[in-house]
Amino acid sequence: MEKNNRVRGASVFYLAAGLFALAVPVTGIYPVFMMKLLCFAIFACAYNLLLGFSGMLSFGHAAFFGCAAYITGWLATAHGWGTLPATLAGVAVAMVLGLLIGALAIRRRGIYFAMITLALAQLLYFVCLEAPFTGGENGLQGVPRGALLGIVPLRSDLPMYYLVLAAFVAVFLFIRRVVHSPFGQVLKAIRENETRAISLGYEVHRYKLVAFVLSATLAGLAGALKTLVLGFVTLSDVSQATSGEVILMTLVGGTGTFFGPVIGAAVIVTLQEYLSDIVGGWVTVIIGAIFIACVLVFRRGIVGELAALRPRRPSQS
Amino acid sequence: MTEVFGVPVAVIFGQLMLGLVNGSFYALLSLGLAVIFGLLGIVNFAHGAFYALGAFVALFGLQRLGVNYWEALLLAPLAVGLLGILTERILLRRLRGLSPLYGLLLTFGLALVIEGTLREAFGASGQSYPVPPALQGAINLGFMILPLYRAWVILVSVVVCFSTWFVIERTRLGSKLRAATENAPLLQAFGVNVPLLIAATYGGGVALAALAGVLSAPVILVTPAMGSSLVIVVFAVVVIGGMGSILGAIVSGLLLGVVEGFTKVLYPEASNIVVFVIMALVLILRPAGLFGKE
Repeated sequence: MEKNNRVRGASVFYLAAGLFALAVPVTGIYPVFMMKLLCFAIFACAYNLLLGFSGMLSFGHAAFFGCAAYITGWLATAHGWGTLPATLAGVAVAMVLGLLIGALAIRRRGIYFAMITLALAQLLYFVCLEAPFTGGENGLQGVPRGALLGIVPLRSDLPMYYLVLAAFVAVFLFIRRVVHSPFGQVLKAIRENETRAISLGYEVHRYKLVAFVLSATLAGLAGALKTLVLGFVTLSDVSQATSGEVILMTLVGGTGTFFGPVIGAAVIVTLQEYLSDIVGGWVTVIIGAIFIACVLVFRRGIVGELAALRPRRPSQS
Repeated sequence: MTEVFGVPVAVIFGQLMLGLVNGSFYALLSLGLAVIFGLLGIVNFAHGAFYALGAFVALFGLQRLGVNYWEALLLAPLAVGLLGILTERILLRRLRGLSPLYGLLLTFGLALVIEGTLREAFGASGQSYPVPPALQGAINLGFMILPLYRAWVILVSVVVCFSTWFVIERTRLGSKLRAATENAPLLQAFGVNVPLLIAATYGGGVALAALAGVLSAPVILVTPAMGSSLVIVVFAVVVIGGMGSILGAIVSGLLLGVVEGFTKVLYPEASNIVVFVIMALVLILRPAGLFGKE
């Protein structure tokens, strides 16, 4: 009975969220803002697959986000690639980078894993700074959105919005599917007790690597879409600040919950968008303070705290 | 002028010198990180921010309070160290018993707060700090010109690093520190004030970072962001050296500075990334780090 209520509550929530998302263009919310938000929601969901469901804290996810953004932007601008091939190329590069960085980083665990991903991402930051096609300090500007499959022009915001929304829904459902699959259950087992998972005969390294590559690939998709939406790529997309931001989004929303990262992304993107007008440079300080507050008193995040508020089903009755 | 690989010897020694100076900063910073990690189990992401803070305390002291370089060399680490003790008592203490990853996240937030505050207070553009009069000028060694201040930085950092090592490995206070690393509750049962020891260790570690900041102020531009990219290099240094080892932190810090200096001569484009590439190689060949033991 209780369980039915829960399922019904979740369905109502997702229905409402879905209707809202579909109706955004008529609500008067600035569509580019919504698209940016959705791109970061994809990014945070991808990150959550790694941190929340596999227990690996990567401090270098901006590398996948930013490199995919650069590749997509460069191919679309300098080589006139179409929207889809440029995006797919960006995603493919993120995947390959995920494979390389992941293979190195999963050799160590916990705190070392975080430091290694951070350092390797910084390496890619310098590569992006000096590579001939990234525009150095200026980044890439005026990236055209093109037309989807050469048919649907994306220059106006409406089709672009629905494209990003479709990508977000696909990623969201895909991650749910992965987490609920036997593969996802093994990932959870590794998160809870890696040694035991090894002793049960699982090839832990392979599972972790696949999770890492999946997360990196989806982060790349977020970066590629962000480039198309905003039309530019800058060095800050590959910087450690962006890596920190996606961690914060996941943490604020609720690590290891499905919808948490989406809410976290909404909160942080909104804060950055509107707070910087009011407080200027202090926004960094505020973001830092939120970080500290989250770690000290709010470790479950918004969705996690809400879920904890709801009375648990009595275990024996 | 003699040449090696088409590069004048004086240039090679000059870069070696610069590398050693950078290595001195790496050594001071990774030493502090290693000491803090040893006792608190926290990777201190705010280390770079405390380093920048040290430089800004010196700068502020010189511009507004008439504190000269020599006084700043003592006062800035002291002030930052006190701030570190407060940080430990107010914030980090609450993370005891949690996954060390939370320490990394909290100190990352702290780094943002410190850096953002510095940027609002002093502006984002760089300011220079004059070399103290007594250390201006250079000596001609025949094969190279040795700037006095650079030699001073290397000297101070080597002396401070090895004194720290000596204190930790060879004195009674150090034995308590190492005992607390092994088994804090037992040490506390013997009547040692372990919470105080922990707070003091964090304070000492960030004071080392602040010292590095003051030392670096006259040779680099003092900017709020000066620590944020440096701290990542230092993380890589620590991974290369192996987190557990104090001596490993010092030696790999100096060594990697020199390697970076040579890369600047031979292949300048790669000088920013050479440390990270070495880290990747070490991870493949010896995942525990050069001096580390699993």
